[in-house]
Amino acid sequence: MQNREELKMAEKIGRVPVREQDPKVRAGNFEEVCYGYNEEEALLEASRCLNCRNPRCVQHCPVGIRIPEFIAQVRAGAFQEAARVIARDSSLPAVCGRVCPQETQCEGSCILGVKGEPVAIGKLERFVADWSRAQGGVPVEKAPANGIKVAIVGSGPSGLACASDLAKLGYDVTIFEVLHKPGGVLQYGIPEFRLPKQRVVEPEIDSVRALGVKIETNVVVGRTITIDELFDREGFKAVFVGSGAGLPRFMGIPGESLNGVFSANEFLTRSNLMRAFDPSSDTPIFVGKRVAVVGGGNVAMDAARTALRLGSQVTIVYRRTEKELPARAEEVHHALEEGIVFRMLTNPVEILGDENGWVNALRCIQMELGEPDASGRRSPIPIKDSEFEIPVDAVIMALGTSPNPLIAKTTKGLETERHGCIVADESGATSRPGVFAGGDAVTGAATVILAMGAGRRAAAAIDAYLRP
Amino acid sequence: MYKITRKAMLTPTICLMDVEAPRLAASAQPGQFLIVRAREEGERIPLTICDYDREQGTVTIVTQIVGASSRLICALEEGDCFTDVVGPLGCPSDFVELPDGALKGSRYLFVAGGLGTAPVYPQAKYLHERGAYVDVVVGAKTADLLILRKEMSAVCDNLYVCTDDGSEGHHGLVTEKVKLLLAEGQHYDQAVAIGPMIMMKFVALTLRESGIPLTVSLNTLMVDGTGMCGCCRITVGGKVRFACVEGPEFDAYQVDFDEALRRQTIYRPQEQEADHKCKIGRN
Repeated sequence: MQNREELKMAEKIGRVPVREQDPKVRAGNFEEVCYGYNEEEALLEASRCLNCRNPRCVQHCPVGIRIPEFIAQVRAGAFQEAARVIARDSSLPAVCGRVCPQETQCEGSCILGVKGEPVAIGKLERFVADWSRAQGGVPVEKAPANGIKVAIVGSGPSGLACASDLAKLGYDVTIFEVLHKPGGVLQYGIPEFRLPKQRVVEPEIDSVRALGVKIETNVVVGRTITIDELFDREGFKAVFVGSGAGLPRFMGIPGESLNGVFSANEFLTRSNLMRAFDPSSDTPIFVGKRVAVVGGGNVAMDAARTALRLGSQVTIVYRRTEKELPARAEEVHHALEEGIVFRMLTNPVEILGDENGWVNALRCIQMELGEPDASGRRSPIPIKDSEFEIPVDAVIMALGTSPNPLIAKTTKGLETERHGCIVADESGATSRPGVFAGGDAVTGAATVILAMGAGRRAAAAIDAYLRP
Repeated sequence: MYKITRKAMLTPTICLMDVEAPRLAASAQPGQFLIVRAREEGERIPLTICDYDREQGTVTIVTQIVGASSRLICALEEGDCFTDVVGPLGCPSDFVELPDGALKGSRYLFVAGGLGTAPVYPQAKYLHERGAYVDVVVGAKTADLLILRKEMSAVCDNLYVCTDDGSEGHHGLVTEKVKLLLAEGQHYDQAVAIGPMIMMKFVALTLRESGIPLTVSLNTLMVDGTGMCGCCRITVGGKVRFACVEGPEFDAYQVDFDEALRRQTIYRPQEQEADHKCKIGRN
């Protein structure tokens, strides 16, 4: 520790709280929950950073943002300079500042967290990104164009990160996106109140375009064009597959095909991508008076909080306890504040319907925790004769997603493992020369920032593969 | 961008459009579908691909006004553009996988109901061009609502028309005509039924005993059409399948039609509401 005085001071100041919309008010709107820091708050929070000589936060950032360096710039009031430091390693800082699970990454390893509260790295990143964007962003250094074409499949976090790095190296990059708007999960998955689309996602994607990256929407790689055709007909020299994990899972319990049972993907896609929450949108959405959301991850929190905002009474049903909830701590905290009921150690066994085939109750069984399983978490075991019913009009299944098999199915020689994930090494190289992959398509459903890390590593590997 | 190069009203409520979508036109196959959005706020609407011209880079779609979104589509004119057109989606018909020679002489029966005539057309055309024997039974409420007759006649051996009111052809349901054909001793290697879910259900019930394999193309609800939302899920042979990526064509005898019919109604109250509002807006 370089300076005991500094450490004491930082612990004494305490983490600067962030302003948020009142829970009662925000439960009825889709405006962003968190307001973020203003300049004064950011300066104060930045002053808490000890600028460690061996910064553990950087080691725990999947894209390796030079965290103490950017925070030092914030502390000096050089916000644009701070943005430049971040831009070297991340193309989506305004997104990551909002959706990263900082508590298990940078902030989780912050030395201040040992005794007190870690530096609010995420909130500072968000402040810098928002401030810089309001000033028109930062110009990024770019190598001269080399004319070598690289195709990226999917415009989600891994694809955008890979495309940015390759464009900075001078490659001619085209992203193919299947949906009508680019962004992948940032667009269809994460709700407006957590990640505003027009104010945050779209400008951040525009900054990737500003590097010269072309984005073609409405292209189904595997159907509209195959990976072989991208090589043979269109002259691409390498392809990065970042097609995500889009296929929803269901439980396989009776009643899942009843009217009123939705995957979280369907529910969220209607609300986020199709903007069904907005009366000017043509897309319908169904929320009953009472809805049960099954699952404990970020997607479950997002679905629950969306349903709440659309006017439903929401219960989250999760088979383990609060401690095991895989969602970000902030999302669970926000959900509780907004009045969402959590039923822990509860697992659905059947969905019951009325005579017209519409859901009217969720039949559950009480669970208890047994021995730790392969994931190290104590596995839930049903308690005999403890079944009960929760009356609901809708059930939303948020049980995780699997990769879409379409690309693997239509690309000769592209190996997948038994869960349908594309087999790729640490650099993203697949069984097929010239084809790289990363993000959820390789790992199964994970986080935005891990996908971005994989995209960046693949960009470096593609550069090494193509460089003469 | 997805410009409408031709528009024709086939009936007062059904319109045909050729739309510029070169990548899609280059890769479309019989049995597949596409998704359009008519405007920025628009729903994603799945439509079957009626035809494709690889040289012109256009696809042909046929839309029937049944609600607010289809009314918006049909209100677009020649020279207007769709906001989005994506496809082809879903799997091509099984026969597309067969070598061309294998289709020569095989006997196909198509049963098309109403708008289902549109997706039957490219299939009949594909098979006819490869020397298959193709009979088509089309049904409509009344003669004025029959579509694509000239086009269909050109790609099949026999076109049998059925109308509910007897204004043309057989007076009655397509299932009755199918029974008559079988009673006459016609035999088929494969049957395909495309039309309203309820029609497909009854064609399946009619043909089940004949032993003729029957394929149906399921027009389920969809959002993304790429396997993401699961809105299109149906039960086939006791297993949950996604019509958008595993279909839209399935073995009719394995499909749980009653569940499929019920699932089509999930958003009906909202759709009626939307249509109602839309009408007020227009008046």
